[in-house]
Amino acid sequence: MLGRNFRRQWPLHLMIVPGIIIVLIYSYWPMIGIAMAFQKFEPFKGLFGSRWVGLDNFRFVFALPETGQIIWNTVYIAFMKIAAGLVVPITVALLLNEVRSELVKRGVQTLIYLPHFLSWVILGGIFIDILSPSTGIANQILGWFGVDPIFFLGSNSWFPYTLVATDTWKEFGFSTIVYLAALTAINPSLYEAAMIDGASRWKQTWHITLPGMLPIIILLSTLSLGNVLNAGFDQVFNLYSPMVYESGDILDTFIYRIGMQGMQYGVGTAVGLFKSVVSLLFIAVSYTLAYRFANYRIF
Amino acid sequence: MQRISASRRVFLIFNYVFLIGVGLLCLLPIIHILAVSLSSRGAATAGAVGLWPVDLTWSSYQYVLTKPQFLTSMGVTAQRVVLGTSLSMFLTLIIAYPLSKEARVFQLRTFYAWFFVFTTLFSGGLIPWYMTVRDTGLIDSIWALVIPGAVPVFNVILLLNFFRGLPKELEESCFMDGGSYWSSLWRIYAPLSLPAMATVTLFTIVGHWNSWFDGLILMNTPEKYPLSSYLQTVIVQENLNKISADQAAMLADVSNRTFKAAQIFVGSLPILLVYPFLQRFFVKGIVLGSVKE
Repeated sequence: MLGRNFRRQWPLHLMIVPGIIIVLIYSYWPMIGIAMAFQKFEPFKGLFGSRWVGLDNFRFVFALPETGQIIWNTVYIAFMKIAAGLVVPITVALLLNEVRSELVKRGVQTLIYLPHFLSWVILGGIFIDILSPSTGIANQILGWFGVDPIFFLGSNSWFPYTLVATDTWKEFGFSTIVYLAALTAINPSLYEAAMIDGASRWKQTWHITLPGMLPIIILLSTLSLGNVLNAGFDQVFNLYSPMVYESGDILDTFIYRIGMQGMQYGVGTAVGLFKSVVSLLFIAVSYTLAYRFANYRIF
Repeated sequence: MQRISASRRVFLIFNYVFLIGVGLLCLLPIIHILAVSLSSRGAATAGAVGLWPVDLTWSSYQYVLTKPQFLTSMGVTAQRVVLGTSLSMFLTLIIAYPLSKEARVFQLRTFYAWFFVFTTLFSGGLIPWYMTVRDTGLIDSIWALVIPGAVPVFNVILLLNFFRGLPKELEESCFMDGGSYWSSLWRIYAPLSLPAMATVTLFTIVGHWNSWFDGLILMNTPEKYPLSSYLQTVIVQENLNKISADQAAMLADVSNRTFKAAQIFVGSLPILLVYPFLQRFFVKGIVLGSVKE
């Protein structure tokens, strides 16, 4: 029986093999490489030749004065991004839903999710130019209203909020489309019934549109829980500078600086492991919640 | 036609103005950068440029497009886009197809699926990953930008969900005619999923065009940088010591600001060009990936 099954199924196994090999090498082998976190890793000695140091790398990192601040920055920035990434797209989707002109609706949609496809290298360059305190157009416009130039990317009191604002600007259009898709699935006869009962537009939004969106809102917000330690490496790396390490340095940029540039491979891996484990816990919780409340399954 | 109350009219006007404003807010930064790149050095440094070039000049673009490093990087990017996209798409198809089978037909399906999905939930982190790429001898090779990321798990899930939506009778008729799984994939599933594949292909192309970090850490010589990595070093890092003497002389002619703006614009141009034509695919793809049965 098993033999017959295998004869029938072997082409399916064969199709999967190349993908499995690549994933084994480049995703699973690095998981074994996590052992570096417990070593004084030296590249020429390799994983099997380097000296084991137990938890020394972790002790070293958690004894550094900036570590607490970095973890706080990461969570603070990530949390604000998650919150803004829910509120802004839902609001825009609701407002777009009130628009009757297809031309305006489609035009606005086209414009708002354009930035999603540009990389943080390009956008970093754009924002460094626009937000410059000397020649940037943002500060010129603020100047018309008598506001003194603000160094958005160089001041610790502004930097985290600049990150949140620019990230929301880049990504809100994309989520708006998802919410709009959910809106089109709402049965129009509900609105007709509400109109006959004399419900105002506001009441209709509150009692029909929002509840209709609720499943997808719950789904996306629970899934975003898994991102509490993802404050956005690409963005921060392209916008920050030593001036704003205090408010803008996050775990990922710290790992890069200490591990890759500083070549303290063991320490960098240790911080990475800390991040991966905590993230995995949050992802597990978020998937359980999503499964429980939104009946979500990955595949 | 329903009667529109005064308060509703005020809301509608506000709503249109607001939404069009929001839409423009997403486009204007790019137009501003284009205007800066086409303006003269003096106008740009004086901050006199808004949305229209002042003292129109092409000199920044002349400088950018004649720089040997820029053209080399463009070549590297072209290579990685072609190699990376074709390899990724091929793998996505041949992985998604078996995984779209039910566990009854393909017993190890669930195991394999979790094997792939787990890599999106947990990873070894940057440094062990870098060491692996190094140990497999890919540093400084174009394949470093292609092979390690060749299995895009999210695209696989998207496509396998699409495959599952196709009627099984089509495949059964193929088997009836003596066809194998292989021919069913290429003769039935692949052609029927062209819209989904167009979406996934575009995501992959855009992803390869935009990737910059892998180039930055996996290539030891700047000559091997793809365009995005190269742009990262010149726009963001301002690494002036990599510029040779005659380039430095030419740089003095072109203001740093207009010069950077030109490179930003050239770097985003391909995406701006494909975007309007293909955005409807994206919309379909997003809906496809997020709202499923």
